[in-house]
Amino acid sequence: MAHFTSHDAHPREQECKATTARNARVGLVLFAVYLAFYAAFVVLTAFAADWMQTEIARVNVAIYSGFGLIVGAFVLALAYLCLCRSNARD
Amino acid sequence: MLYQPSTVAVAAFAVFVAITLGLSFYLGAKARSSQGYFAASGGIPWFVNGVAFAGDYLSAASFLGICGMIAFYGYDGFLYSIGYLAGWVVALFVIAEPLKRLGRFTFADALDSRFNSRGIKLAAAISTLAVSVFYLIPQMVGAGALMRPLLGFSHAAGVLIVGGIVIVIVATAGMVSTTYVQFIKGGLLVLFCAALTVMILIRGLSADVNAARHEAAREQAADASSPPMLGLETIAAANLPPPDMALVPPAGAWQGKPYVRARDAGNRISTWRIDGDRAVLAQTVTATADGQTLVDGLPRGAGGGQAQLRPVGSVAELPGNAQQTGSLGPLEYLGVLQRSRIVVWASEKVAEPDGGTTTVYFPQVRDGKDLLFPGASPTFKGVRGETFVEKLDFLSLMLALFCGTASLPHILIRYYTVKDQASARKSTVVGIASIGFFYILTLYLGLGAMTSGNLDVTNSNMAAPLLARTFGEFPFALISAIAFTTVLGTVSGLIMAASGAVAHDLVANYFGVAMTDHEKVRIAKIASIFVGIVAMALGIVFEKMNVTFLVGWAFNVAASANLPALVMLLFWRGTTKQGITAAILVGMVSSLAWILASAQTYKDVYGLPPETALVPFSQPGIVTIPLGFVVLVVVSLMTRAPTAHARSA
Repeated sequence: MAHFTSHDAHPREQECKATTARNARVGLVLFAVYLAFYAAFVVLTAFAADWMQTEIARVNVAIYSGFGLIVGAFVLALAYLCLCRSNARD
Repeated sequence: MLYQPSTVAVAAFAVFVAITLGLSFYLGAKARSSQGYFAASGGIPWFVNGVAFAGDYLSAASFLGICGMIAFYGYDGFLYSIGYLAGWVVALFVIAEPLKRLGRFTFADALDSRFNSRGIKLAAAISTLAVSVFYLIPQMVGAGALMRPLLGFSHAAGVLIVGGIVIVIVATAGMVSTTYVQFIKGGLLVLFCAALTVMILIRGLSADVNAARHEAAREQAADASSPPMLGLETIAAANLPPPDMALVPPAGAWQGKPYVRARDAGNRISTWRIDGDRAVLAQTVTATADGQTLVDGLPRGAGGGQAQLRPVGSVAELPGNAQQTGSLGPLEYLGVLQRSRIVVWASEKVAEPDGGTTTVYFPQVRDGKDLLFPGASPTFKGVRGETFVEKLDFLSLMLALFCGTASLPHILIRYYTVKDQASARKSTVVGIASIGFFYILTLYLGLGAMTSGNLDVTNSNMAAPLLARTFGEFPFALISAIAFTTVLGTVSGLIMAASGAVAHDLVANYFGVAMTDHEKVRIAKIASIFVGIVAMALGIVFEKMNVTFLVGWAFNVAASANLPALVMLLFWRGTTKQGITAAILVGMVSSLAWILASAQTYKDVYGLPPETALVPFSQPGIVTIPLGFVVLVVVSLMTRAPTAHARSA
């Protein structure tokens, strides 16, 4: 709880416009990637049920894609963390 | 009996509450300023905040509701898991950093940062209040549902106790203690569920009905008050009624239904459901016209002349007719289940001629393959339908879940508790990791409960705690205590968000009441007590509503009201203050109106025939979220300042 020591009511962080804009761009690209996967999952489930029921190693594609969407969100989040630059100090 | 008030559970609950309150008082002494009260002085470490995200987000509905839905219907519950998590991607990649950059205390701050408009403040405060209260209802209903079977309190008493404790937490210390409560609870929940999943995998699957009730549950069964599990008990239809029982002639709505009922010497009525030339034993619960509850025709209870429901949920047939699988790997478990046949229970309501209603719960054998694919539940069966309109409900809910997370006020305010954007980012990643991991576990918890032989046919919300009980009294006590803390944590987060909206957005900014820092905190505390009381009242009124469903609606309202405003503010320069105000109000009102006019509300709330509902499907998101965007763009274009310079002033 070392952080409770800050006396300044709300220290606004130093902002660098270029960094912020760059981070936002990275975020949007990754968002678009994830959105594509999510939309594909929803559409395939609704309109290509047979294909989603295909089994690979005794488990159906619907389950793999569910797990994939959850793990994928984490992987993209890590990628975002690595790609973003911090403002001034961290 | 399925539920006995357990001393260990009561003790564990008391310890959890004591720790939570102690922490709250301790931290409360440190938070004097409004900055400290609403935003923990921006001083929460990112890791703590990340786990606290999980604590905020994994509400009673996620935890109890999803497990229950998977236990009853398989993959359909998991759809909620996928959608709830996917929403975080929107939060992290699109909303988190700008929100941190623009705002100070509340979501209205961020929306209003460019305009300083009273309209926006009012609209945003109202939508925060509406969404918080809508989201509070299922939490309170969940609290009551948990308290009754576990500790033996009535529903109303359970709601009052949880509400009371939460008000104390919020009124004493605000955001700091709320955050640490969430941190503890989020961490415990994920760790404990991981342990439970390992136990499920080690136990494997079993086709033997008796072995399916594992040791701890068997000990209970040795106790005379505990009815044995009910699997698939079939009899040739021609042999009904059994020789020692008297046929109950079908009267009223029973005529023409595929049931045969017979009364034994002790007046207990057994009900069979006819399927071809076989009949399978069902269970019934009757709500009589004078307010009594009967189980199989006798008053509910463990004594003589009374009856109680038998626990259910078993594997009918394992692949290769095996009896036991032994321990299984995570994918192997799903593979075996997919090749098994499983007994799941469905229900049908039958009106009694004397004005009561009987619900018949009957077993069905379904292929694992069928359960591990979307569309097995009544809510989502449209996804397997032929027409596009049938599939719309599914598409709409998946859209609302995706857009809803980033619009939930109690999640949004958590971005103000860390010091900078980098910390906001890191804590969201920690949040996604813990929440994602938990949601993968829900599939195993749910399927484990489905085959545990210890399900309550009437209450899917209890699937996870009852599953824990099959592993012994201690896991049961622990999971119940965690579930209570879950409710406490989420409720306090929501009340925090609502009281911030009242004190900061409404009183200070909208009405322009000049207040000292101290007064603002006092107003917020008074507001939190009021919101808490409203939440308690609604929690009692909505006792019978399905918890997960209510949460789905809260997501719809949040996404429709808040998301268009947030996104367009960030990405379209032409957005005007009138556009934002209009989008929030139209999104909120249209999604609420849609919900009130939907088939589900007709059926569950008004008791009207669902076919007469005014709107074609129950989930409004697919219509009202785009509507919010359209309204925002149109109004913004209409109210645009003549020159770009005038606006930027």
